[in-house]
Amino acid sequence: MSFAQSVSANLPALQVVLPLLAAPLVLLLRSARAAFALTLVVSFACLAIAIALWQQVDASGPIFYAMGSWAPPWGIGYYVDKLAAFMLVLVSLTAAVAVPYSRASLAREIPADSHTLFYVMFLLCLSGLLGIVITGDAFNLFVFLEVSSLSTYVLIAFGRDRRALVASYQYLIMGSIGATFIVVGVGLLYLMTGTLNLVDMAERLADVRSSRPVLAALAFLTVGISLKLALFPLHQWLPNAYTYAPSVVTAFLAATATKVSVYVLIRFYFSVFGESLVFHKLPLPEIMLWLSLLAMFAANFVAIFQNNLKRLFAYSSVAQIGYITLGLSFDSVNGLTASIVHLFNHGIAKGAIFLLIGGIVLGIAKPGAVAPAPTFDRLAGLAKRMPLTCFGIVLAGLSLIGVPGTAGFVTKWYLILAAMERGQWWLVGAILLSSLLAVAYVWRFVETAYFRAPPADAENPAQLRNEAPLSMLVPAWLLIAATFWFGLDTSLTIGTALEVAQQLVRGQ
Amino acid sequence: MSALASHFSYAVTIFLLVAGLFIIIARGNLIKKMVGLSIFQTSVFLLYIVPGKLVGGTAPIVAPGFQVYSNPLPHVLILTAIVVGVATLALGLALAVRVHEAYGTIEEDEILERDAAS
Repeated sequence: MSFAQSVSANLPALQVVLPLLAAPLVLLLRSARAAFALTLVVSFACLAIAIALWQQVDASGPIFYAMGSWAPPWGIGYYVDKLAAFMLVLVSLTAAVAVPYSRASLAREIPADSHTLFYVMFLLCLSGLLGIVITGDAFNLFVFLEVSSLSTYVLIAFGRDRRALVASYQYLIMGSIGATFIVVGVGLLYLMTGTLNLVDMAERLADVRSSRPVLAALAFLTVGISLKLALFPLHQWLPNAYTYAPSVVTAFLAATATKVSVYVLIRFYFSVFGESLVFHKLPLPEIMLWLSLLAMFAANFVAIFQNNLKRLFAYSSVAQIGYITLGLSFDSVNGLTASIVHLFNHGIAKGAIFLLIGGIVLGIAKPGAVAPAPTFDRLAGLAKRMPLTCFGIVLAGLSLIGVPGTAGFVTKWYLILAAMERGQWWLVGAILLSSLLAVAYVWRFVETAYFRAPPADAENPAQLRNEAPLSMLVPAWLLIAATFWFGLDTSLTIGTALEVAQQLVRGQ
Repeated sequence: MSALASHFSYAVTIFLLVAGLFIIIARGNLIKKMVGLSIFQTSVFLLYIVPGKLVGGTAPIVAPGFQVYSNPLPHVLILTAIVVGVATLALGLALAVRVHEAYGTIEEDEILERDAAS
């Protein structure tokens, strides 16, 4: 077999192994510049692999990959279908956008001697997230979950504010409880089926589907994964973690971590337990519907009154996750399509916003000083000094609201379609009303940045152009361009999501 | 009573699970919380390991005269889970040290007070 053929045959393993091996290599490099260069190369290679996998799946159907040639169900199998490939592209795309951005941002946010360590943790986190998506083994999924979680806690603790440490500790406690619940659930499933392979497990569950241990497993998995994906009211860790983490970490996590958890939930609900158990025999859809609605309203409402811009958009993330779980609770093709497509649409919009806020944090810092928190009193009149950054946030904010032409509109459209299908007109009203709350917090930023006079202090002349460096603006604007591209041309995103949703809902 | 006796290991598992969770919630000291988290995670180790053992079963090595073997897979899985638990504990304690350096305390309510004051 030629080199190219063997690479192409082993792409699923390379997707995870590449960043995993690069992490210790980066640690050995000890030079921040070399660490950055290697991380950059690896993250772009990951994106290339993800796209190649996508094309393979698109051309010839799902890929089974037996790790070390151990045949399933004994060995650990990697399994890439359309949904997995879609998530792989989202995660590695966000990484490839975040790494070029990170250098300028980190220079002001993290002491120079820990840059290498930062990239080690970033690569581990990336490899963990990719592993969660690609693995077809329930216990392997838990291990990758912990790889990504543990590195995430460290990444958050890199924040300069001392509250980052407390936020990281709280996330560690909540995250570990969630992960342990997931292991309990997987353990109960293993006891009932004697297998850890997810495909095998789904087949063997058919005989014992309504037995009590399986229902307990479903409950443990639901709560555990909900903690990880920050379903209201299990979202307590999220606002602090997002607010105090370094900007690039916030952007990366907001676009990937919670989304991957949603992916795990979809996998367990539709592929393992089967929707007949989850959605028809238990009152789970009702519970999820009401929690989602609470998230959409309570989190959006709280967001409006935040004084810190990062915290505002962190609460907005909780609300947006509400839209995703709302789509799930419908248990219909259109609802699930909205959920899957919103993983991507919200990921890129929120990623862009947090990247741009990173620029603001640098822009409002005094030369040489530690970057301050982006509170609203510091943002007054900012649009004059940082026009591109502010305009970018407004554009991405339009997608959060769901203005036609943006990616966010596509999601809302399918959510509304799904609600109308069920004849629940009041839900259509609720979706629109919660969007109005998003208008309120985006407007609050517009009003402060565009219409308020800049603070009159001598060190910060209002006329001074103080735009973020290009290496930070270009990645963010790429994501904003994508937000509009996928708002207008939905063939790729909706096409995939619709196909996946049809398989998942009708496949059982 | 006999139900409790026949499900003794599950009773212990559930007790440890709930006790660990209670410590995490009820204690404000960051180290004590980590103790609770460790107990919480340990309960899961039991949940996996106990069903793997068969009464009269031996180590899973093929040898003449032995018919009943214990399932080794849960033990291997839990070996991994123990490593994860140790890593979590180490990271949690490291964070507690850093919190102590930054705040001068590891009591949760005092940390919140100092944040509110600054």
